[in-house]
Amino acid sequence: MSTTDAGRAGPAGPTEPVKPAADQVPDRIHAIPVRYPGRWISGAVVVVIAAMAVHGLVTNEKFAWGTVADYLFSTPVLRGVVWTLWLTVAAMAIAIVLSVLLAIMRGSANPVMRWVSWAYIWIFRGTPIYTQLVFWGLISVLYPRLSLGIPFGPELLDFTTKDLVTASRAAIIGLALNEAAYLAEIVRAGLQSVDPGQSEAARALGMKNTRIMGRIVLPQAMRVIVPPTGNETISMLKTTSLVLAVPFTLDLQFATNAVANRIFQPIPLLMVAAIWYLAITSVLMVGQHFLERYYGKGFDVHHAPGGGDGGRRRAARRRARQAAINAAGTTAEPGPLTEVTP
Amino acid sequence: MSAGVRDETPMVEVVDLHKEFGDAHVLRGVDLTVPTGSVCVVLGPSGSGKSTALRCINQLESITAGRIYVDGELMGFREGTHRGAPALFALHPREIARQRTKIGMVFQRFNLFPHMTALGNVVEAQVQVLGRSKSAARARAVELLERVGLTDHRDHYPAQLSGGQQQRVAIARALAMDPELMLFDEPTSALDPELVGEVLAVMRSLAETGMTMIVVTHEIGFAREVADQVVFMADGVVVEQGLPEQVLTSPREARTQDFLARVL
Repeated sequence: MSTTDAGRAGPAGPTEPVKPAADQVPDRIHAIPVRYPGRWISGAVVVVIAAMAVHGLVTNEKFAWGTVADYLFSTPVLRGVVWTLWLTVAAMAIAIVLSVLLAIMRGSANPVMRWVSWAYIWIFRGTPIYTQLVFWGLISVLYPRLSLGIPFGPELLDFTTKDLVTASRAAIIGLALNEAAYLAEIVRAGLQSVDPGQSEAARALGMKNTRIMGRIVLPQAMRVIVPPTGNETISMLKTTSLVLAVPFTLDLQFATNAVANRIFQPIPLLMVAAIWYLAITSVLMVGQHFLERYYGKGFDVHHAPGGGDGGRRRAARRRARQAAINAAGTTAEPGPLTEVTP
Repeated sequence: MSAGVRDETPMVEVVDLHKEFGDAHVLRGVDLTVPTGSVCVVLGPSGSGKSTALRCINQLESITAGRIYVDGELMGFREGTHRGAPALFALHPREIARQRTKIGMVFQRFNLFPHMTALGNVVEAQVQVLGRSKSAARARAVELLERVGLTDHRDHYPAQLSGGQQQRVAIARALAMDPELMLFDEPTSALDPELVGEVLAVMRSLAETGMTMIVVTHEIGFAREVADQVVFMADGVVVEQGLPEQVLTSPREARTQDFLARVL
């Protein structure tokens, strides 16, 4: 039991208020905290600038907030949101699986695998995403028919490329293959961050390489991999606006742009798109937070083992998270104006 | 115990072992025989190659020359003929993994899996390597954690345990594989002084069960009480070996005398 439990040991019924425990420390220090006037001044400056920005947004009629409201939940916009979400999720899912494979191949003892991975990353990271999307859009011109068979032998399966690689599939393939090259480097960095003693201990136990990767190294590497992958997902959400290159024309960017061109009002529709992108990004950030917490288990000393009551665990997690942020050295000292990354 | 008396295959036989790391010739012909059921303590100054020799036994390091037999089985290679001449064939990593399952190893820095609880650490390889059922592995893990005195800590993550507790979990994790040989690589060197005793106590009780053990350590007291055989290494060779009272009390070699004078 930790010392924080001292105040509420025993069954404290609802009728019996919890008495604060007598202070065990004689002459506890209640120092007057250091004043930081700079924080108040900078806070005031920020408030003024923010007020000016809000004022500008509200009073400038060219933003046409009424039009924004009219189109925010209109059918083409909502369809655009759904397509953009689908492109993001599908492309990231494929990219994550592919990138883990590429990263493992890159560190493989098999030289063929190492070279294949290197060449893949070289090509897909070395050419623009726009070019790649155009290429996947033109694949049915390059190869009108796709067939599966034995080289120089009989064909077993035969497809018309146009039917197999539709515009949406070309968009997903293009986004996923490009993203996998970037993610592979993130995964590789994650795998390298795991203490070699870990795989050594697993080898000493007689575990095979595939099991060591899947059970010991990768789960620990996830701690390092998840934050930049969340970053990549958010980036992917907005990269989907490039699928016009395929051309694929149902995503959020194209949908709002089409409406804007029809009603000759580009600015409110830009706002509609911005609001949706921001909203989805916010949801993704929440998801990332939970993923990070999941893969951080065992690394945060305050994490309560087994059960425990929700309130205390949440408080412990908050403390641990703040401790991690502090330990990262990216923030100076926690104060009233310190931003806590969600 | 029965050091060298019984006429049977020794648990470990190291013959003229050499190891080079690049240009560094770390082991220069080590010979070592550890009879089944005995405890061998390896002493020596840092850099003498004692940890490397230990790591060679379960093939965490590949060897440059020599032979290592564990329970009569040649480690890491298969003898055969290649183009009419006798040759050594390197074993597939799968085969090496199988050879390792009968050797337990405890590391200086514990190397517990930080994302698993104490219980999870002990269960893992039983399921993954031995193919035991989750419930059987769990039952064995509970039993072993009780044996090392950590029943109350089985749901703790390594980061929530002291160094001594972590090392005891690591010992339980190695024992869960039912090894025939246990290797200890400076198991107490990373511990605070007041935590050394609890780990040595577990090792002592393990020795009493008849487990064959090779222990690289600086704990002279442990060597004196528990070892059947003490080996003193320096500069990549075995300088002196024998019964603990002989090596520790009246060493013949100057280098052994010098080392003991500094650590005692």
